[in-house]
Amino acid sequence: MSKRKPYQREMNNDWWLKNAFYSKYMIREGSSILITVYSLILAWGVFRLSQGEEAFNAWLSALQHPISIIFHLLVLLIALYHTITWFSLAPKAVDLYIKGKPLDAKFIVAGHYISFIIVTIFCLVLIML
Amino acid sequence: MSAQTMPTQQAVSDKVIEVEILRYRPEQDEKPFPQLFEVPYSPDMSILEALQYIKDHLDSTVSFRWSCRMAICGSCGLMVNNVPKLGCKAFLRDYYPQKIKLEALANFPIERDLVVDMGDFIKKLEEIKPYIIPATDDKCLSEGTYKQTPEQMEKYKQYSMCINCGLCYAACPQYGLDSKFTGPAALALLARYNRDSRDAGSAERMKIVNQEEGVWSCTFVGYCSVVCPKGVDPAAAIQLLKVESSKDYLIGMFKPD
Repeated sequence: MSKRKPYQREMNNDWWLKNAFYSKYMIREGSSILITVYSLILAWGVFRLSQGEEAFNAWLSALQHPISIIFHLLVLLIALYHTITWFSLAPKAVDLYIKGKPLDAKFIVAGHYISFIIVTIFCLVLIML
Repeated sequence: MSAQTMPTQQAVSDKVIEVEILRYRPEQDEKPFPQLFEVPYSPDMSILEALQYIKDHLDSTVSFRWSCRMAICGSCGLMVNNVPKLGCKAFLRDYYPQKIKLEALANFPIERDLVVDMGDFIKKLEEIKPYIIPATDDKCLSEGTYKQTPEQMEKYKQYSMCINCGLCYAACPQYGLDSKFTGPAALALLARYNRDSRDAGSAERMKIVNQEEGVWSCTFVGYCSVVCPKGVDPAAAIQLLKVESSKDYLIGMFKPD
């Protein structure tokens, strides 16, 4: 008779707190919640714009509230975290070969940062004008 | 041996490191329990050697798998302080003087002590058609071998280095949460064959890739590639397969077959 009785370990809801790598991953994934809220506030602004100048100005002044400023700084921080961690993973999803050799990961990451900077400057210039 | 070398010899054997093993004996125990052992410390001693010391000198009932002692057989995978490692490739010096906690590979059922049931992993490896499927009536045997350039080999070589140790499955929370996921090593092996210039079985394998349990259960945690002892980088293989799967989907929208 078989004495086999394989034991299946439970995976608790706090699995991502027990390993720093998993925690960082969850922060990266969780950043999407804050970024969603940020996008909704922005979309709300567009909606207020459609309601006329007064409504839009009310939305603008609401953004100047300290809570709103703290929230936006937090979102900026978490969005930067997401960007940096995502860029560092980018080479894994790139399949480029030059003269039969895979393209060095650091060029792919650098390429992402360069395009990020160009787009940021372009957007800033667009707003300033 | 001269009397002068004795004190250093003594000093080495004086040092002791605590090794805690999560024991599970299916015929006696309802659930696993930790057991503490004290092993003489030496900086060049591997975790596998520490386990062998325990089995030889302290408790002969401790069970663990091992074979080559040189990171090629893939048998001695286990959790060292909750990180998947090969016992032969992890050394006491990296933990001393802290206690080392050993546990069977995560996400697999424990068969006994540090031995896990890898059946599900093996089944998945078989499912992905891990062999070259040549194009039908492409070439007669008498015409000779299929030739491949170093550039063509470079495309898949990395993914062919897997030793099936299962560390990536122990590192994958998605596999832990739902074992229907095909998983890192099997998908990396699938990529290895799909990327081989001599193979023509991509269409068959893409059916496995495109499923929810295929690449789309992966959320790119990326820990599989960190723990891999052979630098296979299964996370990269899966992300590239996601690109292929997306292309497959787009082409299928215009050209259903």
